Amino acid sequence: MPVYIGKRLLVAIPTLIIISIFVFSLQKLLPGDPVLAMAGEERDPATLEFLREKYRLNDPVIMQYFYWLGGVVTGDFGISLRTNQPVLELIGDKLPVTIQLAVMAMIFALVIGIPMGILAAVWKNSWIDYLANLVALSGLSVPNFWLGIMLILLVSVNLGWLPASGYESIFVDPVRSIQTMIMPAFVLGTALAAQLMRHTRSSMLGILSADYIRTARAKGLSPWEVIMSHTFRNALLPIVTMIALLFGELLAGAVLTEQIFTIPGFGKLIVDAVFTRDYAVVQGVVLCTAVGFILMNLIADVLYVLLNPRLRATL
Amino acid sequence: MADAPVLSVQNLKTSFLVDGAWKSVVRDVSFDVMPGETVAIVGESGSGKSVTSLSIMRLLHADSSRIDGKVLLNGRDLLSLTEKEMRGVRGNEVSMIFQEPMTSLNPIFTIGRQISEVLTRHKGMSKQEARAETTRLLEKVRIPNGKARFDDYPHQFSGGMRQRVMIAMALASRPKLLIADEPTTALDVTIQGQILDLIKVLQEEEGMSVLFITHDMGVVAEIADRTIVMYRGEQVEAGATEDIFLRGRHPYTRALLSAVPKLGSMANRRWPTRFPIVDATTGEAVEPEEVADTVGKGKTPILSVKNLTTRFAVRSGLFARQTGSVHAVENLSFDLFQGETLSLVGESGCGKSTTGRSIMRLVEPTDGEIYLDGYNVLQLDQIGMRNMRKSVQMIFQDPFSSLNPRMTAGASIAEPFIKHKLGTTREAREKAADLLERVGLSASMMNRYPHEFSGGQRQRIAIARALSLDPKVIVADESVSALDVSVKAQVCNLLLDLQQSLNLAFLFISHDMAVVERMSHRVAVMYLGEIVEIGPRAAVFENPQHDYTKKLIAAVPVPDPARRGIRRGLADDELKSPVRPFGYEVPSRRYREVSAGHLVQVA
Repeated sequence: MPVYIGKRLLVAIPTLIIISIFVFSLQKLLPGDPVLAMAGEERDPATLEFLREKYRLNDPVIMQYFYWLGGVVTGDFGISLRTNQPVLELIGDKLPVTIQLAVMAMIFALVIGIPMGILAAVWKNSWIDYLANLVALSGLSVPNFWLGIMLILLVSVNLGWLPASGYESIFVDPVRSIQTMIMPAFVLGTALAAQLMRHTRSSMLGILSADYIRTARAKGLSPWEVIMSHTFRNALLPIVTMIALLFGELLAGAVLTEQIFTIPGFGKLIVDAVFTRDYAVVQGVVLCTAVGFILMNLIADVLYVLLNPRLRATL
Repeated sequence: MADAPVLSVQNLKTSFLVDGAWKSVVRDVSFDVMPGETVAIVGESGSGKSVTSLSIMRLLHADSSRIDGKVLLNGRDLLSLTEKEMRGVRGNEVSMIFQEPMTSLNPIFTIGRQISEVLTRHKGMSKQEARAETTRLLEKVRIPNGKARFDDYPHQFSGGMRQRVMIAMALASRPKLLIADEPTTALDVTIQGQILDLIKVLQEEEGMSVLFITHDMGVVAEIADRTIVMYRGEQVEAGATEDIFLRGRHPYTRALLSAVPKLGSMANRRWPTRFPIVDATTGEAVEPEEVADTVGKGKTPILSVKNLTTRFAVRSGLFARQTGSVHAVENLSFDLFQGETLSLVGESGCGKSTTGRSIMRLVEPTDGEIYLDGYNVLQLDQIGMRNMRKSVQMIFQDPFSSLNPRMTAGASIAEPFIKHKLGTTREAREKAADLLERVGLSASMMNRYPHEFSGGQRQRIAIARALSLDPKVIVADESVSALDVSVKAQVCNLLLDLQQSLNLAFLFISHDMAVVERMSHRVAVMYLGEIVEIGPRAAVFENPQHDYTKKLIAAVPVPDPARRGIRRGLADDELKSPVRPFGYEVPSRRYREVSAGHLVQVA
């Protein structure tokens, strides 16, 4: 097992290098001069030149890349041009917020999507199947922001059950924290739930027609045992991989959701950073996201191997 | 009450819901299975034999199937039970084993768990008790070192061993009736012999009845007390196995029996001989005439293989270092003459298919020389290889997946002709029409798609496609193995006819000894990538020298009811693996000449 994880980590290194080059050059290609943004109204050439020297923007691009990479490797993501805070600190502040949102959204997605998928597969072509498909299609086709606004109108404005926006750290006031997060998490989770449902359904259908399910039925096992232990355990394998990929989608969705519910998370951080050309922050956020995504996939791969005895043997 | 049947099926009728209408697939089937008796249901694909067994177990999809009639198990009608009561019958009073041992076990659970599940479910055993009983069962089905394999997963077992696990599972609750649905069809012939032996022994020990579903008349003759012949959903004949074989009354029964290739039927014949064709409606047999000699001996061989070796690297570890190789084909040499059929026989993993593919260069050989119709095959560049493939064509096993479903039969046959620029599109169509007639179809079928043809017809299309380049050599890789017996006989006859008229050379790759005996001029027996015995057909079959050849011939079930209850006493071993560690020194082999052209490996 350690060998396998080590191998996967080694494979991740070139990916990370490519991502870092991409991230670094992306901001060089963006229109707009960060120095102008920093200087504000001040257009004194001497000041601009001073700032350029200070941030080493006059050096060759390749050198700038290595300065930056050297910093990143030692945990120095630079200083936000906008707030003068270290980028790492900014990320450290915002990341837990988005992680909480993502985890809650994923819980929603799993709790809704997987049972719905199982039911739809077991009662294929029945009203349950059609209903599940209808719900899934709605989940996929209703835009996030619209659903969010409608929920705020209904649940917060009209019924007054949940706060419309804002954020409270889960470590300060857990109840309030979860209350503020329920709606955003639900909004973010619906599209994922729909995809998970479809994926679970087709995966279950594939397994249900397998020879060994016939064997399980011929043994006289109960439908519960046949479906949950013999079928679902097998159907889970591709779903685990899917969940890891969905986390990427989750981060993309979080950007929008955090805007609607004015949650001070990662998504808001990146949007603000892009608008103000806060390069260091953009780079830090994108790199963090990429590392997170690679980690999720690594975890999915490891889980896949652990769940699958045929692969376990090759470790 | 000793004479009461264990199972009594009365007027069984099973229908499937197809496009909103009920279509009956099994009609009016009635039979009894007495205590300790073995009854075989035999028939070709589509005869309804498997549906009958699934109907008895009520394992068909409840929404799209309807079962009428009576299925009495010790007097209790299974069809009137609730689904919950039925679950108490399945795996408990009636157990079932299936055709595909490779896919019939759940890959993510240990085999121990899968067997003990039956015991905890039906016998109310605790986990520890079930574990103890399971290890006993694993020993009982003669899995070597069975005790230690409780926690192993299905993928760690070979096909034959997995079937033993299935049998252990089926026997766990000591059922009164075992339904075996083609349990040996997917197995190699020596393994099939072992499994048949095992079923016979266990039946005696446990005193259970067996309902045996198969398409193989040889297996029927060996195992069944009574036989039921099914044809297109109906029971055409039932009786004692001996009566069915020797005094079958129904024309279909006689047609089926005469189409079965019988090992040993070629004694005293010099050349390959057509199968007798029996009219399924009248039962009249047409005796086959012996064909003329087609072999162009004395000339240069059309295909000459010298020291062919094909190995595949086995890699593992952190940097995928090569740790060993699969010695798929090892130092193989043979000649094939114009108009001759050379068969490569052997069991799975013996390298017979890899040999065919190496000759076509569909896989790259490691070493050796191949001369084909003047081409030095292993020295050819891309263009040369394309030209070379005009001389050698291949026919594959599965007629369902080897034709492109989006191309018409005519287009499939014409494509090689057009791609090799042998003529205009119009000429290609004429050629395709001509070839369709030649393989026994009609030119009007040109515009039909593969799904509109039966399996046998598709294989004829595949043959026509192979012929469209006027090849001199055809590599037929298990080309008749997937076909029903009667269709198999027809396709074999077609191949023999084509050899007569076109003077084709066949490299006939097959695991089926009886078909090989019928089809070949010469036979090469392969084992672990090497030829262990090669020679004229009569010499190899009538005077086998190598132990493996003898074992292979002895394992073939012969459709002769006099052999019922035969025990082969084969060792419960597995096929050996051709994987060798890196740096393995291949021993040099020596051959002894038994008679002219009959060579046997001695060391």
